Amino acid sequence: MDSPYAIEMLHITKRFPGIIANDDITLQLKRGEIHALLGENGAGKSTLMSVLFGLYQAEEGVIKKDGKEVQIKDPNDANALGIGMVHQHFKLVECFSVLDNIILGVEPTKHGFLQKKEAREKVMALSEKYGLHVDPDAIIEDITVGMQQRTEILKMLYRDNEILIFDEPTAVLTPQEIEELMQIMKNLAAEGKSILFISHKLAEIMAVADRCTVLRKGKYIGTVETKNTTVEQLSAMMVGRNVNFHVEKKPSTPGDVILEVENMTVASKVHKKDAVKDVSFKVRAGEIVCIAGIDGNGQTELVYGLSGLEPLKSGKILFKGQDITKASIRKRSTSGLSHIPEDRHKHGLVLDYPLEYNIILQRYFEPEFTTKAGFLKRKPIREYAERLIQEYDVRSGQGPITIARSMSGGNQQKAIIAREIDKAPDLLLAVQPTRGLDVGAIESVHKQLVAQRDAGKAVLLVSLELDEVMDVPDRILVMYEGEIVGELDPKKTTQEELGLYMAGAKRDEVKA
Amino acid sequence: MLLLIQYTLIFSSVLLLVALGGCFSEHSGVINLGLEGIMVIGALGGALMMRMLPAGTSAIVIVLLTLLAAIVFGVVYSSLLAVASINFKADQTIVGTALNMLGTAAATVFVKAINTAANPNDHSATIIYVEPKKAFVKAIGSFEFNWFMVVAVIVLILAYVILYKTKFGLRLMACGEHPQAAASVGINVFKMRWAGVLISGALGGLGGICYILAGVSQWQFEYGVAGFGFLALAVMIFGQWKPLRIALAALLFGLFRALSNVYAGFDFLSALNIPGTVYNMMPYIVSLIVLALTSGKSRAPKAEGIPYDKGMR
Repeated sequence: MDSPYAIEMLHITKRFPGIIANDDITLQLKRGEIHALLGENGAGKSTLMSVLFGLYQAEEGVIKKDGKEVQIKDPNDANALGIGMVHQHFKLVECFSVLDNIILGVEPTKHGFLQKKEAREKVMALSEKYGLHVDPDAIIEDITVGMQQRTEILKMLYRDNEILIFDEPTAVLTPQEIEELMQIMKNLAAEGKSILFISHKLAEIMAVADRCTVLRKGKYIGTVETKNTTVEQLSAMMVGRNVNFHVEKKPSTPGDVILEVENMTVASKVHKKDAVKDVSFKVRAGEIVCIAGIDGNGQTELVYGLSGLEPLKSGKILFKGQDITKASIRKRSTSGLSHIPEDRHKHGLVLDYPLEYNIILQRYFEPEFTTKAGFLKRKPIREYAERLIQEYDVRSGQGPITIARSMSGGNQQKAIIAREIDKAPDLLLAVQPTRGLDVGAIESVHKQLVAQRDAGKAVLLVSLELDEVMDVPDRILVMYEGEIVGELDPKKTTQEELGLYMAGAKRDEVKA
Repeated sequence: MLLLIQYTLIFSSVLLLVALGGCFSEHSGVINLGLEGIMVIGALGGALMMRMLPAGTSAIVIVLLTLLAAIVFGVVYSSLLAVASINFKADQTIVGTALNMLGTAAATVFVKAINTAANPNDHSATIIYVEPKKAFVKAIGSFEFNWFMVVAVIVLILAYVILYKTKFGLRLMACGEHPQAAASVGINVFKMRWAGVLISGALGGLGGICYILAGVSQWQFEYGVAGFGFLALAVMIFGQWKPLRIALAALLFGLFRALSNVYAGFDFLSALNIPGTVYNMMPYIVSLIVLALTSGKSRAPKAEGIPYDKGMR
C-alpha cells in the first residue's frame, strides 16, 4: 500500500482495424479521489475503460493496482481486483428484479439454493448507507432510468468493489437525478472508494471531480486539478480549440404555421393513464419550439404520436394544413417531417447495417437510389453516404461500409442528424438531439438547428438539458404529467422559474 | 374415460418432458428447433437398449438402462446443435432443422442395417419391444400406469426449482435475456448455453423414448416422432417458457392427442361419425390456433437465437 495510486494505467496502446483508439495513454487514479476522464466522442475513453475492465486487451502498456503490475484478461479479473463499472448502456437483465440483477454472478447460496433473504439485507443496508433508493423487488423494465443506474451502482457495492468506473453516467439522467448522483459519488469517495468518472460534460466535472485527465483523438493531452482550471481551459484541451458555449442566433421571424396539434391524447404503454392529455400547440416556420420537462412526463409519447410510432387516442395533427393524424410513418416522412429519435438504437439505426444503408434508410426507394426494376443502385448510395459523412463529420473506422453498431454513440447520432437534416424537411422533430454528445458536437448540432430555423424550417426540439432549453429555442413549452403547463420566453425566464414549471409547482392555463 | 385419462397423462408426459427441454435451451439463449430429431435419436437409443438387454433382466434395470440410453443419445445428438450454434455461431434455426432431417433419416438407416444384418430378409426399420415394454407399465385395475408419468412430474419439479431457486437457473436465464450483462458479471455465456442445450438433449431424448413406449410395442423409425417435437415447442410457447404453465399446456395438448386414440370409446363421439383422421389432426390444428392467438403476447427470452459474440455491445 505504499503507492498513493489505487490504479495506474501506464502507456496503454490499443488498436482497432483502421483506427488507433488509445495511443500511449497514461491514467493514474489516487485512492479516494474522483477522477474525471474527459474527451470527445471517439477520443478513446470507453476503449481505455474497456481495457481496464478486461473487455479488451491492450497491445502495449501495463496496468498497476496499488503499485503492483496486474493482468486483466476478462471482467472476472477486474472484479477480483475490486474494479466495478457502470456501463453507459446498462448491463441489466430487463425481466429480472433489481435484487436478482444485483446478485447475479455472486449469488449467495446454501446447499445450492439461492439465499435471497440474506442478499436483500445486504442490499438494503448498502442502499441505506449511500442513499441509493431502490425497490429490490421491482422489475428492471418497469423502473426509471435513474433507479436502473442505482441498481448498477449497488451491483458494484455489493461486490465490495473499491474502484468504481462510471461511463457517462449522467447522459441518461434528469437534472434532479444528476444532482443526486453527484451527491452519491461524493459520498462514495468520502467512504474511501476511488472513482473514475467518464464524461464530456464540463460543468459536472468541475462540480464533482478532484482531477481530470483529458484525451483527444486517442491521445493523452494532460491531467489537471479541477480547482486550478476553468471550463474554458478544459474544453480547449478536449476539443483542441476554443468552444463557444452560447448559441449565436438572430431573433426569429416566424412564418406560416407548419405543425398544428389539436387536443392530442396518447395512451401510455406503461400505465393505464394517458401519457399525453389533450395537448394543443402550434409550430411555425422559422422558429424553434422546445418541449421541456422532466423525463417521463409524456414527451416520448407526444413524439411517438407526431412521428406515427403510436396512434392517437383522440385529437388531430395538421402538417402544412394537411390532416396527417392517420397517415403512415413513411407518408409523414416523405411529406417533409424529419425525426431525430430519442432512442437511436431502437428507432434511429439498424445497428447491424452498414452506415451507408442507414443513411438511405428512409429514401432507398427513391429513383435516385433504386432502379425501376427494384434493385439498389450501389454507386449513388455510396457517393451520397460519402458526401454526408464528409459534410457532417461522421467518424467511423471504414467509412460508408462501417457497421453502425461498431461506431461510437456520438457518431451514430451524427449519422442520424445528417440523414434527417439532409432530407430538407419542413419540420425537424429533434428529440434530445445532443444526448450523449460532447461539447464540440453539441455546438455543431445547435448550429444546425438554428441554421434550419434560419432557412425557414420549423423545428420542434424536445430536451431534458436545462442549458439547451434556455439557449436554443425561441419558445419553450413545459410538459408536466402529460399536459403543457406553461409557455415561456427563454429570453425572459430563468432556470429557476423553468424548474418550478417542470416540477409541477407552477402552471398557467396555456392555449398555445 | 379411464382410457382417455391414461392416454392424456402419457402424451402430456411426453410433451412436458420435451417442452421443458426446449425451455432450458431457450432460457440459455439457444432456440432448439431440433427437438423433433433429438426425440427420434433418444427413442432410437432407448429402443436399441431394450432390444439388446437379455430376456429376464429385472424390470427396474430395464427401465433405468433404457432411460439412460435415451438420455445419452439425446445429449450426444444435441451437442451437434451446441457446437454449431454456440461455438461456430451458426444459424440456430437451420441447425435445428438439419437435426430434424438427420434424426429420422439416420435412425431409419441404422435400424434397417441392424435388422438386415440379423436377418437378410428383414428390410424393415422397425424395432419390436413387446417384452421390455412391460417393465414400464403397471396395471392398476383397468388403468395402465406408466412410470414416465412419475418421471415427468419429477422433471417438472426439478425444472421449477432449478430455474427459480438456484444460481444456475438465474445465470442460465440471464444468458438468454442479456448475455452481455451476464458476461459483464463474469458468467461464462458459452458454458451456460452448452448446459442449456445439453439439458434439452437429455429431456428430448427422454421424451422420445417415452413417446414410442406410450401406446405401442414396436416402432417404425421411418415415422420419426410424428411432429411431437414441434408440438412440444408449441406447448413451450403456449406455456410462456414457464414450467408450471408449460405443464398445463402439456395437459391440454395431451388431451387432444389422446382423443385421437380413444375417441371410438365414446359413444357420443362415435355417433358424430367424424372420420378418425380429423381426431388425428386435432392436436396440430389446436396448436396452430392457440399459437396464432397467443404468440402476439408471448415473451420469449430476449436474446434467444442470437449467437453470443463478445464484441457486441
